[in-house]
Amino acid sequence: MANIILQIAGGIMLLSIVLSTFRFFKAGSLVDRVVAFDVMTVASISLIALISHFAGRTIYIDVAIIYGLLSFLGVIIIARYLEKSL
Amino acid sequence: MEIIKIIGALITLLGSVFLLLGSIGLIRMPDVFTRIQTGTKASTLGTLLSLLGIGIIYFDIAGKIFLLIVFILITNPVSSHMLARAAHYIGVKKADVTVVDELEDFENEKLNNKTKISE
Amino acid sequence: MNLIIIIVLSLIMVVMAVTAIIHKKLAVAVIATGVVSLMASVMYLLMAAPDVAMTEAAIGSGLSTIIFFYVLNKIRKAK
Repeated sequence: MANIILQIAGGIMLLSIVLSTFRFFKAGSLVDRVVAFDVMTVASISLIALISHFAGRTIYIDVAIIYGLLSFLGVIIIARYLEKSL
Repeated sequence: MEIIKIIGALITLLGSVFLLLGSIGLIRMPDVFTRIQTGTKASTLGTLLSLLGIGIIYFDIAGKIFLLIVFILITNPVSSHMLARAAHYIGVKKADVTVVDELEDFENEKLNNKTKISE
Repeated sequence: MNLIIIIVLSLIMVVMAVTAIIHKKLAVAVIATGVVSLMASVMYLLMAAPDVAMTEAAIGSGLSTIIFFYVLNKIRKAK
């Protein structure tokens, strides 16, 4: 029962990644693309947590921690680049 | 034990619904700033809820999950704030229905004060 | 479930890689490369290789994006 609910949740997360890919291609400016990249990263962090449940190995959560740390740095650098104050 | 797993799975499902709402808002909203707002708030809440559900199911890794939740709760609003500030300074077009822009008012006021002093 | 995730993520990877090749603006190409690296990391995780996924996350998505934007800033200043 719990497994079926978690599989439905994984499908919904995958759908949200695909929808933010549409915004990446219909973007008006560079900021739109960065926002789509940010949403994709956050959705894939929760997808990684779900994958660690399906595979039954809890060491996979470490990859999610590294992802959260580094995507923050990337978005900050892009914002400083856009603001011309890097 | 089974009932705890089902509760965790339902919380994860709620979180994934919030992620889906965030990315639908990313498509439907009219300009950059509203897109930043919906894409950050809804997806932060969704990630927090889905990680909380996984943490309830596997109680022995709750420390790591808690660390990840605190980290996302701190960093995600900060990065969206920086992005919105950069978008304002490079002059991205606002939507027609925009009512108030406090940063622009503040900059204009500062400029006026400076010109008064120099006169 | 694993098969569906692999198919969808590899389709996104192919589209993003083509975008990174043919787009005119360099900054968009760098962000598309970051997305390719993100999807590749999740796929390494599905193939049961968490150490490779960790390296791909740290270098492909984090470090290379930062270095590319640093260099783009230097180029813009030199013009």
